[in-house]
Amino acid sequence: MIEAIPIQLVIMLVGLAATMAFVGLNAIVLVYLERKVAGFIHRRPGPYEVGPHGILQPFADGLKLVGKQIFTPKGADSFLYWLAPMISMAPAVVCFLVIPFGPHLQIINTNVGLVLILAFTGVNVLALCIAGWTSQNKYSLLGAARGVSQSVAYEIPLLLSVLPIIFLTGTFNLFDIATNQGSWPWQWFVVTQPLAFIIFFICALAETNRAPFDLPEAESELTAGFHTEYSGMGFALFFLSEYAYMVIAACVGAILFLGGFKGPIVDGWWWFLAKVYILLLIMIWIRWTFPRVRFDQLLNICWKWLIPLAILNLLITLLVIAL
Amino acid sequence: MAQENQGLTFPFADTTTDEPIVDIAPVRKILDICRAMSLWPMTFGLACCAIEMMGFGMARFDSARFGAEVFRPSPRQSDLMIVAGTISRKMAPLVVRLYEQMPGPKWVIAMGNCAISGGPFVYKDQYGIVEGVDTIIPVDVYVPGCPPRPEGLLEGLFHVQKKITGKRWWPLPQTAEAN
Repeated sequence: MIEAIPIQLVIMLVGLAATMAFVGLNAIVLVYLERKVAGFIHRRPGPYEVGPHGILQPFADGLKLVGKQIFTPKGADSFLYWLAPMISMAPAVVCFLVIPFGPHLQIINTNVGLVLILAFTGVNVLALCIAGWTSQNKYSLLGAARGVSQSVAYEIPLLLSVLPIIFLTGTFNLFDIATNQGSWPWQWFVVTQPLAFIIFFICALAETNRAPFDLPEAESELTAGFHTEYSGMGFALFFLSEYAYMVIAACVGAILFLGGFKGPIVDGWWWFLAKVYILLLIMIWIRWTFPRVRFDQLLNICWKWLIPLAILNLLITLLVIAL
Repeated sequence: MAQENQGLTFPFADTTTDEPIVDIAPVRKILDICRAMSLWPMTFGLACCAIEMMGFGMARFDSARFGAEVFRPSPRQSDLMIVAGTISRKMAPLVVRLYEQMPGPKWVIAMGNCAISGGPFVYKDQYGIVEGVDTIIPVDVYVPGCPPRPEGLLEGLFHVQKKITGKRWWPLPQTAEAN
C-alpha cells in the first residue's frame, strides 16, 4: 500500500519551486537595478536601448550566458569544478524556506530559523574554496584564499551582532522575532540596537563579497578572483548566488532590525519587500560609491573595531536586560 | 641583433570552438539577438586607443545603453575583444593566447590604424611591430582612425551586432543619411 504523501513534503516541494522562482526573479530585477543605479551614479542612462529603458537587458545577458561555450580548464578536476557553482547556489534556495514574507506567508515555521540561515550561508565559503582550488589558476586560488579568510573573520561579528536580538526576544524563530516588534518605525529593533544593525550590515556586505569588500573577485589584482576560469553558466550561477545571498542578507536584516512584515496601518508582504529592497538599494549605492579596501584594512576593521564593539554592545544589552 | 627584420612570424590563432549542442534555426536566431545585445568586451587595452575605449564606456558616450558596458577582466567571460592599440612583437603571443582563451562565440574589433595595419609604424626594416592584428587573429570589424573617436567605436559595435544578427538595429547618424 502506498501511504498518503505527507503534507509537509508537498508544502516543502511547492515552497522550493516558489523560492527558485523568487530567486530567479530577484536576480533579474537586481541585475537591471544594479546596472541602472550604477549608470545614474555615473550620470549616464545605463542600459537603455534593449527594450524600453533597457528592461530586456537581463534577459539578453542570461540567454547569452546560456549559449556560451562551456569550458573546463586543462588539469582541473571536472567533477569538483562543476560542483562548486551548484554548492554555491543550492543553500541559498534553502534559506528562503524559513523566511517569513508575511503574516501568513512562510513556508516552514521553525524554531531554529535564524540558526538555519546562518549555517547554510556558511556553506558558500566551501563553494568558493572548491572553485578556487579546482580551477588550476593562481588568481582563482588567491581569490579563494581571500574569500575564505574574509568570510571566516566576518562570521564572528555577524553572530555577535545578531545575539542581542536573540536575547531581547528569547527566540531563534524568525516569525516570532518579527512579531516581537511593533508596527511603527520607533518600535523596531533598529532604534534600540542601532550599533548592532550597523555591524550586521557591514558584515553582511563582507559576507556577500560586495564592494567595498569584494576582495575575492578584485578585478584590478586578481582578474576575476575565484571564478576566473568559469565561462557561461558556471559564471552565471556564481552571479545568481551572489545576488541570492544579498537578498537573504537584506531579508534577515529587515526581519531582525526593521520589523519584517510589520509596518504602519496594514501588516503584510508589501512592507517586507519594500524594506528588503531599500536595504538592497543601499548595498548597491555603497558598491558604486566606495573604493575597495585593502586586505589588511579589511581584517583590521573586523578584528579591531567590529568584534570589540559587538561584544560591548552585547554586554550592555545583557546588563540592561538583567536590570 | 635588431638591425634587420628577422622574419619573426607568429602562428595564426586556433579558431576552433565547440559546435552548439542545440542548433535549431529559431533558437539560434533568438540567441544571436541576445548575443548581439549583450557583447561584454574584455578589459584589455594596448596603447592610446584604449583611452578612447574608456571614453566609449564613460558617461558621454556610454556603451551601457547597448548592453556593452560590462568590461569583464577574465577572457573566459567576455564575448568581444577590442584590440585597442599597437601590437608589439612581444605582445603578439599574448594577444593570441587571450583570443584562444575566450570561449566561443567570440568577436574581434581591430580598433585604430595600428591594430588594422601597423599604422604609422610601418616602414622599411621595422622589427618591433606586428603589421595588422589580422595576421595573428581573425578580425570581424575594423574601426579606422588614429585614434578613432568613441562614436567610431560605437559604430564598430553596431557593425558587430549587424554581423551577428544580419540587421542594423539603431538609426544611422544624420550626416550619414544625408550622403
